[in-house]
Amino acid sequence: MLHLHLGAIDYAILLTYFAFVLGIGVVLKRFVKSSEDFFLSGRSIPAWIAGLAFISANLGAQEVIGMGASGAKYGMMTSHFYWLGAIPAMVFVGVFMMPFYYGSRARSVPEYLKLRFDEKTRGFNAITFAVMTVFSSGISMYALASLLELVLGWNFNASIVLSAAIVLVYIFLGGLTSAIYNEVLQFFLIVFGFLPLVLLGLKDVGGWAGLTAKLQVVATNAGYAKGAWSHSWRYLGSASANPMGVDWIGMAMGLGFVLSFGYWCTDFLVIQRAMAADSMTDARRTPLLAAFPKMLFPALVILPGMIAIALHATRNGLLPLGPDGTPNYNMAVPVMLGRYLPTGVLGLGLTALMASFMSGMAGNVTAFNTVWTYDIYQSYIKPGQSDRHYLWMGHAATVFGILFSVAAAYATTRFNNIMDMLQLVFAFVNAPLFATFLLGMFWRRTTGHGAFFGLLTGTLVAAIHDGLTLPRGAVPGLKGAYLGAALHIYPSEMAQNFWTAIFAWSACFLVTIAISLLTARRKSDDDLSGLVYSLTPRIINRNLVWYKRPATLAVIVLALVTALNIIFW
Amino acid sequence: MNLDLRLPLGLMFSIFGVMLTVYGIVSDRAIYARSLGIDVNLWWGIVLLIFGVAMLALARAAARKRHDAGDA
Repeated sequence: MLHLHLGAIDYAILLTYFAFVLGIGVVLKRFVKSSEDFFLSGRSIPAWIAGLAFISANLGAQEVIGMGASGAKYGMMTSHFYWLGAIPAMVFVGVFMMPFYYGSRARSVPEYLKLRFDEKTRGFNAITFAVMTVFSSGISMYALASLLELVLGWNFNASIVLSAAIVLVYIFLGGLTSAIYNEVLQFFLIVFGFLPLVLLGLKDVGGWAGLTAKLQVVATNAGYAKGAWSHSWRYLGSASANPMGVDWIGMAMGLGFVLSFGYWCTDFLVIQRAMAADSMTDARRTPLLAAFPKMLFPALVILPGMIAIALHATRNGLLPLGPDGTPNYNMAVPVMLGRYLPTGVLGLGLTALMASFMSGMAGNVTAFNTVWTYDIYQSYIKPGQSDRHYLWMGHAATVFGILFSVAAAYATTRFNNIMDMLQLVFAFVNAPLFATFLLGMFWRRTTGHGAFFGLLTGTLVAAIHDGLTLPRGAVPGLKGAYLGAALHIYPSEMAQNFWTAIFAWSACFLVTIAISLLTARRKSDDDLSGLVYSLTPRIINRNLVWYKRPATLAVIVLALVTALNIIFW
Repeated sequence: MNLDLRLPLGLMFSIFGVMLTVYGIVSDRAIYARSLGIDVNLWWGIVLLIFGVAMLALARAAARKRHDAGDA
């Protein structure tokens, strides 16, 4: 089993990083005077900082370890999570949706739903979101602690306590600003910590040409065409031609449209970073500026996984094997760190890894304390209190949010199935969300009842679709077919997820329209001004230099991402 | 914002840069077998140092600009 040895210099780097993380919290403490300072950074963050935090908040365990694992398992097709999914969605949220989020002065995504629709739609979104963030943060903590236990031999409990304590202190002191500043530190750490790994790995396999040659061995061994691991689109013609088991329709609609737009356009965890920007223009530029580094991230997070599997196939078993004899893909990134980085830069790489887990956790905690305080506590439990009181509650929510996360982390160690089930339920809740926002923002006729029952139906349809289908080779149970029958077998779990999302989205879309037409509108055009596209005055940016305008940035981003798709076709 | 983020960012990476560069000079060459014989600590330390110092310089320039604007 992989075991890394750290030298004094590695620990020194790690400790220096911790000192800076906590120091930022201490320095920022004196700027937190109101609840808006604590939850929304007083809406004073410049676009470049908000933009880097926008991608960093999402840069948790699932991205660094998960994307490396997917790079090894599926190869270049993993880039669709970025070049087909995240980037177009980030352009869309910046150009079309941010005017309503920022312009409405809503303090959270659920609050936007309350302004646009009604109390029950907000309540549904706020409560599911709050529960979800606590569990995601717990899972992030669990993943970090088990990884450290595995590769460094660190004590599991100590890792949990240490990471929870650090995140707690810096958010408690500096609120969202502290989280955002640290996310930017984490962003640069990931870049500088992983870049040497990628460069050394690429040099070792003989550059891109050497890598594709080695990946041909991987592909042919697995029974696919030679280029299946090094092309993003070429083998999407049919689901059986690629390791992901997805065809281009499932990919474009499921991942590209429903899941990615659903996440990047409606998840408060990321939207909160843009809401903290200091002006409407900067709020819109936040996701657009974030798109530039984001589209290069496959080189940092997917490429190490691809190099790992190429070496695994051609130099006899680099990756540890699981009980069923297949490589343990989740170890791709840690193994690469240990293989190429000598003590010194190894400390930097491990610090980057820890930073990514902690930023994932901190992102969830800051989103949780805001939604809890504004959308649950202030709305349902104790309305009409002073701002001081809500600021106090925000601090308290940070503490118990982290305590709940720790509890969730331990629950994961004990009841793996329960956590899998919860994640499944969250997926069902999230899948239809984008339909609600799309209709809410662009069709003034959408009513509160329509939105609420559309969401419920979408969630239900997701559960039913998942309950009646099964990925190939899986047994009925958590993986699907729990409603008694498997009416359809998908080639892979990924394909099943994508199609679950497509069904849920479509159901929500249709039901929301149908019920909206059958129910009366409760909100007048005046109520909806600033919340719906056709009732909001266009934003005119004549006073901005052309290259600073959101629309210009959007066109540049889309042109670049199209080029990347073509280059790696 | 009241704290220029480039300050802690520049400071942290400058410290990392110095640490790695010095370590790269004094460390035993044998540990670089795994990094294909390249003294990555030295080279990467220099890269980090350049980045850190550049950030500090930007922060300083911005502070000076604010200061001048304050005087005017």
